[in-house]
Amino acid sequence: MAAQASAEDAKLDGWVPSLDHATFVDWNRVYEPSEDTFLLLDALFADRAALRASRAIVEIGPGSGVVATYLAKLTRNSVLAVDINEAACALTMRTAEANGARVDVMRGDLCGALRSYSVDALVFNPPYVPTDDEEVGGAGIEASWAGGRNGRRVLDRLLPHVARVLAPAGRFYVVCVAENDPASIVSYLRARGLTGETVLRRRARNEALSVLRFVRAAPS
Amino acid sequence: MRLLTHNMLVSNAKGVSEAEGYPLALEVTEHRREETEFDVETTRKTMETVKYDALRGAARAVAIDLPEVYDGDDADLLRKVHEALCDVHVIEGCLVCPKSGRRFPINNGIPNLLLHEDEL
Ligand SMILES: C[S@@+](CC[C@H](N)C(=O)[O-])C[C@H]1O[C@@H](n2cnc3c(N)ncnc32)[C@H](O)[C@@H]1O
Repeated sequence: MAAQASAEDAKLDGWVPSLDHATFVDWNRVYEPSEDTFLLLDALFADRAALRASRAIVEIGPGSGVVATYLAKLTRNSVLAVDINEAACALTMRTAEANGARVDVMRGDLCGALRSYSVDALVFNPPYVPTDDEEVGGAGIEASWAGGRNGRRVLDRLLPHVARVLAPAGRFYVVCVAENDPASIVSYLRARGLTGETVLRRRARNEALSVLRFVRAAPS
Repeated sequence: MRLLTHNMLVSNAKGVSEAEGYPLALEVTEHRREETEFDVETTRKTMETVKYDALRGAARAVAIDLPEVYDGDDADLLRKVHEALCDVHVIEGCLVCPKSGRRFPINNGIPNLLLHEDEL
């Protein structure tokens, strides 16, 4: 049984869901998986035991749908994926279907339409690139990277919701770059009862990427 | 959209509180069923986070009758709950805010909860 389980895990280690169904038309409208995506997949794989114990799993900003699909396969559970970009929603649906994963897709803005304490695992690879604030607020391809000031404009709108939607044993995974000031994300959420740490770090081209993980602090 | 997802959704229409905006009424014009593996333990675990009354209301829209009271020891009920939560996919329909009446369309299986700029 254990040997069988680890053989299955070995297949998931470094696996990326197939995107053979996607064409350049899709990549003109939807974020194409990149180093940040793969770093997130690696962090989720490392935490598979805890994720498999999760009941409700939500990804914000699935883009192509690879992360949501990966999560569904990794946990053998269903995943809810919420994107503001209509083309990303449609592609996420196709990616899940092509890979036989159970993913529900919804078009929406961050966690605004999720009820309180309903999420066990929340995942977000946000638009983190520092840009002019004017570039933020769209729902097209620019919404996949344009992060406004310090690359934090979109993430900062989500953060107040994180403590609201997470169940008592909930966890939150977020991708960031050095310019986002990860330490200040940790201190913001610490003030709202969540403990955070960097679980994975990688340098890719000009980006110092990391994945932060937050869990509710044990009541002291 | 599965009913498991419906169970997590709340109206984000302006001025509507979470208590007022939950659950969203479900109108279904097209749905399909796709059988998935049923496991008593998994369903019981899933039910820990599901609001049963909201599920029961939504299930009625796809012609599944759930009893008034949930009983986690009733294996037959759990099977029915599993079907309602996981096997039913709403393809076309609408989610309706119980307070404001704002309608959120479901097309091609994807509900659109995005508000227009003039609604923010
Ligand atoms: C960096 S891409 C990540 C895509 C994919 N998860 C990946 O890792 O490859 C960011 C995604 O967030 C989505 N997004 C941006 N703002 C959003 C918002 N306010 N609500 C929901 N999704 C949003 C974008 O459309 C885009 O798909």
